[in-house]
Amino acid sequence: MKFSYRELRKKLDSGETSCREVVSSYLNKINERKHLNVFLSVFNEEALKKADEIDYKIKSGYAGRLAGMVISIKDVLSLKGKKMTCASKMLENFEAVYTATAVQRLIDEDVIIIGKTNCDEFAMGSSNENSAFGAVLNPADESRVAGGSSGGSAAAVAAEMCMISLGTDTGGSIRQPAAFCGVIGLKPTYGRVSRYGLTAFASSFDTIGPLGKDIYDIALVLEIMSGYDPRDSTSVSDVTDFKAEDIENIDLNNLRIGVVKEYLGEGLQPEIRDKIKEVIERLRDSGLIIKEVSLPYLKYSIQTYYILTTAEASSNLARYDGARYGYRSPDSGDVETMYINSRSEGFGEEVKRRIMLGTYVLSAGYYDAYYRKAQKVRRLIKNDFIKAFEEVDLLLTPSTPTTAFRIGEKTTDPLEMYLNDIFTTSANLAGNPAISIPVGWDKEKLPIGIQLTARDFDEKTALAAADYILRSEFT
Amino acid sequence: MSVSKEEVIKIAKLAKLKFSDEGISKLQKEMNRILEYIDTLNEIPELDKVEPLYSVNSSENVFRKDEPKQSISKEEALKNAPDKTENFFRVPKVIDK
Repeated sequence: MKFSYRELRKKLDSGETSCREVVSSYLNKINERKHLNVFLSVFNEEALKKADEIDYKIKSGYAGRLAGMVISIKDVLSLKGKKMTCASKMLENFEAVYTATAVQRLIDEDVIIIGKTNCDEFAMGSSNENSAFGAVLNPADESRVAGGSSGGSAAAVAAEMCMISLGTDTGGSIRQPAAFCGVIGLKPTYGRVSRYGLTAFASSFDTIGPLGKDIYDIALVLEIMSGYDPRDSTSVSDVTDFKAEDIENIDLNNLRIGVVKEYLGEGLQPEIRDKIKEVIERLRDSGLIIKEVSLPYLKYSIQTYYILTTAEASSNLARYDGARYGYRSPDSGDVETMYINSRSEGFGEEVKRRIMLGTYVLSAGYYDAYYRKAQKVRRLIKNDFIKAFEEVDLLLTPSTPTTAFRIGEKTTDPLEMYLNDIFTTSANLAGNPAISIPVGWDKEKLPIGIQLTARDFDEKTALAAADYILRSEFT
Repeated sequence: MSVSKEEVIKIAKLAKLKFSDEGISKLQKEMNRILEYIDTLNEIPELDKVEPLYSVNSSENVFRKDEPKQSISKEEALKNAPDKTENFFRVPKVIDK
């Protein structure tokens, strides 16, 4: 199913195809490539039943704006009555009792949810190898990781198991797997999309965004998910001005694209650097203004990110105590033993490592040396972006330092794995929107992604430029 | 800064986690490697003059009126409990005698 939602909708409205047919075709794809381990749950009958409902709505002429769009959602997002495991043994049998606002807004416009996708445990990871239910294989090369943490979402879109998948992005968890699997992934501005119903990892970083194959689909889903929600005090009220059709009316002439000097240096796979240069040349030839910019504090992103996010995670994950929901160890003789054993048996290795690191940086005597210091550097990074956006309208950078690596290649060294997020964490530290788009392949036929970062709440410029780049031919 | 084995054990206690001796040593090694990398933040000059950034899009607290509202039902709240009695979460005995 290579066409976009707009094309599909025409076919649905004209009766050329039906939602039932569309859902069946995706379900077949899911079954054919089960070994990719993309889904943690698939809603077979329910999705077909919903398809019939929406087919009827379309015929009756009162279907919603996303009628017949088949989506999947990452298993850290709540959908009432459905399991939400967060890819953790801790929540293996947990059933959500409410629906995330972002998901509900899509349901209200008649999307069909086909299932919930695999991810790194509690969204902590860059390869999907931290899932308690096994790694997701990259559809482009099954010996490689799909990326993480939204690896299942990226693979689901790449393998055409759904049209759109909702992922979450705390430090690159939408953009990095999107790059690894060759799809589009958008991390919205912090505050644009309500986090209500997103299982908290690092609350001041967490965002929900779409992965897909068509820019307009991404824009449409973003528009519908956007907006203030009284249930998320950090959601922003004045973002509803964004309309998907806006992206088609943006004049890209004289748009200023910033190339970040610090991001094209050592450690970047040469083919990715070449691809960036190729894109830059094309944009320059098309009349866009290319400027080199410097963001000197970006080199401290990973350090700052791992202090702040592990600190927030250690606090957020304190709720898993074996008392009210989630896993309780059979060896729970007294309350203290219940806490310790339930947490130690229920959490996986990476989650425990981050809780430990986060507890350490927040502990007495270290708070100023780590946590407070990192908050200061976070401001310097934010200021870097503010300054850069005085000179340019968008920043063009790699999405990842390399293309998809092999399964097992980086699991022995946590720091090595963390450095994978070197180009993506800065947008979460500063809050800015950023999108990864596929622009070709390396010599091993693995997808290459590049990233566009925009001013706060200026997703439309990033989407318009992304659309423009995607429309030019890349080999 | 580097973290000692005793500190790792102390942190585990605070985090309500337990590890084998081997696990503690491994964690100590990993945490030190990460902390060593994190310590490059110390090279940033005049950081004492920078205000910490707590939140990227607002610096004010958001308040709501303190009004009772319908939330999830008792049944729903208890639905995922590992152990419960009719209206309560059941946990191991907290106080002896």
